[in-house]
Amino acid sequence: MSTPLPILEKAQRLRAELGEDYHDKLMEAIYADAAQIAESSMSRSSRHASPSFDRALDRALTHPVGGFLTMGIMFFVVFWITITGANIPSRIFGDLLLDQLYTLLHGIASALGTSPWLSGLLIDGVYLATAWVVSVMLPPMAIFFPLFTLLEDFGYLPRVAFNLDRLFAAAGAHGKQSLSMMMGFGCNAAGVIATRIIDSPRERLIATLTNNFSICNGRWPTLILIGTIFVGGAAPPALASLVAALSVVAVAGLGIVMTLLVSWGLSKTWLKGVPSVFSLELPPYRPPQILRTLYTSVIDRTLIVLWRALMMAAPAGAVIWLTSNVVIGGVSIAGHMVNLLNPLGLLLGLNGVILTAYVVAIPANEIVIPTILMLTLTLGRNIAGAQSGVMLELDEGQVYSVLTQVGGWTLLTAVNLLLFSLLHNPCSTTLLTIWHETKSRKWTLVAALLPLGLGVAATFTTTMLARLF
Amino acid sequence: MTAQTVKLCETCPAYDASALKRLGVKVGAANYVVALAGNPNTGKSTIFNALTGLRQHVGNWPGKTVARAEGGYDFNDRQYKLIDLPGTYSLLSTSVDEEIARDFILFGKPDVTIVVVDSTRLERNLNLTLQILEITDRVVVALNLIDEAQRHGIQVDARHLSRRLGVPVIPMAARRLQGIPELLQAVEQVAKGLYTTRPHRVHQFGAKLERALNGLIAQIEQEYPGLPNARWVALRLLDADASIEQAIRDHRLGELNRDIEAASTEKAAPAEVVA
Repeated sequence: MSTPLPILEKAQRLRAELGEDYHDKLMEAIYADAAQIAESSMSRSSRHASPSFDRALDRALTHPVGGFLTMGIMFFVVFWITITGANIPSRIFGDLLLDQLYTLLHGIASALGTSPWLSGLLIDGVYLATAWVVSVMLPPMAIFFPLFTLLEDFGYLPRVAFNLDRLFAAAGAHGKQSLSMMMGFGCNAAGVIATRIIDSPRERLIATLTNNFSICNGRWPTLILIGTIFVGGAAPPALASLVAALSVVAVAGLGIVMTLLVSWGLSKTWLKGVPSVFSLELPPYRPPQILRTLYTSVIDRTLIVLWRALMMAAPAGAVIWLTSNVVIGGVSIAGHMVNLLNPLGLLLGLNGVILTAYVVAIPANEIVIPTILMLTLTLGRNIAGAQSGVMLELDEGQVYSVLTQVGGWTLLTAVNLLLFSLLHNPCSTTLLTIWHETKSRKWTLVAALLPLGLGVAATFTTTMLARLF
Repeated sequence: MTAQTVKLCETCPAYDASALKRLGVKVGAANYVVALAGNPNTGKSTIFNALTGLRQHVGNWPGKTVARAEGGYDFNDRQYKLIDLPGTYSLLSTSVDEEIARDFILFGKPDVTIVVVDSTRLERNLNLTLQILEITDRVVVALNLIDEAQRHGIQVDARHLSRRLGVPVIPMAARRLQGIPELLQAVEQVAKGLYTTRPHRVHQFGAKLERALNGLIAQIEQEYPGLPNARWVALRLLDADASIEQAIRDHRLGELNRDIEAASTEKAAPAEVVA
């Protein structure tokens, strides 16, 4: 500081003269003027229209018990509609893209006399991976996102935040964290940015570190698929979709529990402090603009997420195919990776393929399932040496048989995958955002390792318990 | 709207929507920079989308927009760059979203700031409006959600409000695109200086504070002649606002003043102020 700053000095002197209550006086003056101007320009007619309806609805939706019950039911219904509704289009897409078009492409390739390497790379690698993403992810997303957006448009999300506020306060975190958590259910990177609404740096950091426990767009499809074919499949057929929906709600709910627990743990140890007070505004309920909501949620969420998944899946498909077909010392590169990770995977009740898939999927969680399927199939084929082509319809039954017969999955594997999908490092975009927002390598590293460590601990525990009993 | 009403509206001189070209994100060198400010959940993003043709996600909950979104439109052959600021209740506290909004209004030097106001919660919304009017006098108030206010039996006298605030007040129902043409015109008039605003300034601070304030304003004006918001800077300095103190230390406040003197029609894009 070379130049003296007379203005700052003078301000400081005056500040001392004015005393402590300057800020309050300033606010009071502004509030008084605002109140006076508002009063003089407003008139209320005697007929009060609908606020009583809004109030009654608020009483029900934010009721200490009823509010939570409604919340559970609401999310359950959303997932149930998603899971039941996605079945048929998924089957049609699977039949069309993975069976007919796939066979056709191979037919064309052999008619043109393309080398097996090229057709393998392009058709079995790039094409199949992207086709999987479309048929597995598009139908549930096209149902789930519009439903979620309708709830948001109606004004339900702030009520959820209001319900959860008490819990966040008890966890020593900021009540507004419930809003950034909600945002995280769409995208964790967006959720991390949303923590900007929290003014205390301590509470903002807690919100940032725990945002990953909100299941994001990229992970919903994994949960919905695994919940449907394994957990739902284990139940009697009549109850299958109910149980499947329940399992997804359970994992998402566990995410909220983890958010609260970890927030509590952080605020008691590393990031000690008292939660600050704030006011949360419950906006009026608004009739959702159904057509516009459908349009924007399909464009903004479904297609963007799908596009991201495709952009990731296409090169990943090529990489996976290459790594499974480039052989070093009798075993493919992917085989080496899988073998390396397999002991750890088995210890966690998962397997090497799943862990490899999570390494490949660091840029985008959307491709976890396609990667698992591809690796299971290509490695299964290479290891068994018997299966010639990659013939696969993405009928859910067939995903099931691929995973159980070729991959050796059990219900325990599926449950652990559900847990691991909730509890692992954030995707690279989210990590980059955390680094950008915190400007700290340390906290970015914590944000990556904390959930991963919890995931390892959780899956290890369930596996031990399952083996004990 | 039926075909006939459309035709009748088009012949009315006030209706100028045909002169609106939505530019999306393709804004080149804009003639005017317009900021959209307001409390959370008042419809800023809805107005942003209506003007730019973009589809910023609109959610019915406070705190949805926390970063700035930019877009543009073309109205009567002038290009406007529109910046959707995070919704805030005040500009006096310290959260990042409030700082982004405040810094942009101060350092981004928008030609016009549209303050979106929720007619059903007028008093609380005016708190922010008055704070913005302390910073800049180039303000248009978008009195949004009048349809909702009517449903709740609330009538707001926009003319009276406009007289009291000293800036144009446009009643709107942005979700139904009501009031958009009027808003565009008001923004144009303020941007071109055809409408001279007389912004309301808060004056009930008490004699002692007022004296201290005037002393500081005098010194600020001496140091930075022509600074448009010396009074507001003084108010903030008395409140020990760290970011304003920093702006004085690294001479950003001085630059603010110089840029305004060298005003030209071709405005450069505002400096990136996101922390």
